Amino acid sequence: MMTTLPDHQIHASLSGVTRVYPGAAGTQPVHALGPIDLDLRRGEFFSVVGPSGCGKSTLLEVLAGLQPPTEGTVTFEGRPVAGDVPDGIGVVFQEDASFPWLTVWDNAAFGLRRAGAPDAEVRRRVDDALAFMGLKDFARAYPSQLSGGMRQRVCIARTLVLQPRLILLDEPFGALDAQTRLLMGDEVLRLWRRTGATVLLITHALDEAAMLSDRVGAMSARPGRFLDIVDTGWPRERDSTIVSEAAFGEITGRLWEHLRGESMKSLGYAGMAAE
Amino acid sequence: MSRVGWIRLAVVAIAVGALELACRTGLIDHRVVIPPSEMATALVRLLLSGQANDQIARTFGIVIVAVVIAVVLGFAFGVAIHAVPRVRQALEPLFATYYAVPIFIFYPVMIAIFGLSAAPIVLMGVANAIVVMIIATLNGLDRVPRVLTKVGRVHRMGRFSTALRLKLPAAAPHLFTGVKLAVSYGFIAVIASEFILAPAGLGRVISDAYTDFNNPRMYALMLLLVIVATVVNMVLHVFDQRWAERRGIGRL
Repeated sequence: MMTTLPDHQIHASLSGVTRVYPGAAGTQPVHALGPIDLDLRRGEFFSVVGPSGCGKSTLLEVLAGLQPPTEGTVTFEGRPVAGDVPDGIGVVFQEDASFPWLTVWDNAAFGLRRAGAPDAEVRRRVDDALAFMGLKDFARAYPSQLSGGMRQRVCIARTLVLQPRLILLDEPFGALDAQTRLLMGDEVLRLWRRTGATVLLITHALDEAAMLSDRVGAMSARPGRFLDIVDTGWPRERDSTIVSEAAFGEITGRLWEHLRGESMKSLGYAGMAAE
Repeated sequence: MSRVGWIRLAVVAIAVGALELACRTGLIDHRVVIPPSEMATALVRLLLSGQANDQIARTFGIVIVAVVIAVVLGFAFGVAIHAVPRVRQALEPLFATYYAVPIFIFYPVMIAIFGLSAAPIVLMGVANAIVVMIIATLNGLDRVPRVLTKVGRVHRMGRFSTALRLKLPAAAPHLFTGVKLAVSYGFIAVIASEFILAPAGLGRVISDAYTDFNNPRMYALMLLLVIVATVVNMVLHVFDQRWAERRGIGRL
């Protein structure tokens, strides 16, 4: 399943990574993830799909440095990820992580100001990010005055201004309706093309993964491991209109083939999964 | 002023007018209640004479000290208790029943320990106000979204910086509710304590005026307390409302 890439093409990698959560008093430890081996190519769009509770978000947090792996090694740009989130990694979470006490503009400027960027630089990058995310007219609004999709765009803008080289998206559209998700997908593709960053998207939506990605990793039920990594073969210039192409159906079909049984396992339908 | 504000003002004006009329027509005995206009006149006269200024300064000074101590300590205890879940589990039932016990029964004990000074009154104010602040702090910290901790780590912020720049602003509306309640609870405890046994302060002066049948003085100072308590609460309410509007969660 793993293809060997030249080192300069590997942007981030997980090697033999497992994650086991210690059990609370009187309970067994929970083996959430792995072993996982994955090389993310520089500049690719990689999505991870899998049944609920299979460890997708754990995978993202281990890669980001938000959780340590129990075993194995994680590297980003050739350096081990240990303890802290490395410079150059941006994360957008599923939950609304906008700051309600700050305006949209100040939300976007948060990280740059913390990093001590000069005012002119902050203004330039924030104005640019807000314009790119279609939030220019809402710069003075507060997050609670915006829809869920717009708040998520605020969080993406906050990540974007820091010009991350690896963007990790943890089901950022999970709470949005289907149409908004499609449009947000287009925006993420635009963002990916413009920044040239490597993107790892965690999602439970097969269509979303198939539409957005260069490669899609299908994970097993817990403990999550990759069952298959599907190369979509989409051109870099693409948008949500590819959902009407025949290849799109083939890709989602192939992913569903893997995930149907795993999803049943995770729901406890062991007998049906075996049929 | 908004339409609601005008209605509110009209209700107060009608109530005051009705009391004035009842007093002037003899429906309410003048020896029991004096008309509001006389209360106001007596208050202005008292303030201009300067006779009660020391007592006014003493009482409001004690209220400010008690509220500041209650808010600072209540917040600190709240943060500490929130950090140790077992301690919280042990203490929460006590917090829940705290206000079921009339804390004024302990006032004589405090006088026995600290004497007839300002200290027991400050302590009564703190004791009555601190627990609402602790509860508000616990509520506020409970409602800080866990994702903010992760956001702090993504921005490579330390624990202190995350607490100060992310968690504190996220919990701020609940903390401010605690401050508002602490002001009210502190105010009530200080005035009530002065009533019971204190040698000085507005509560004491009102109590003396009542004993001496000095209605103008008694009602003047009662009116002063009502005005101050209302104004302070209105200022806090307006501040809270403006703040909420800034965050987009108030009236828009």
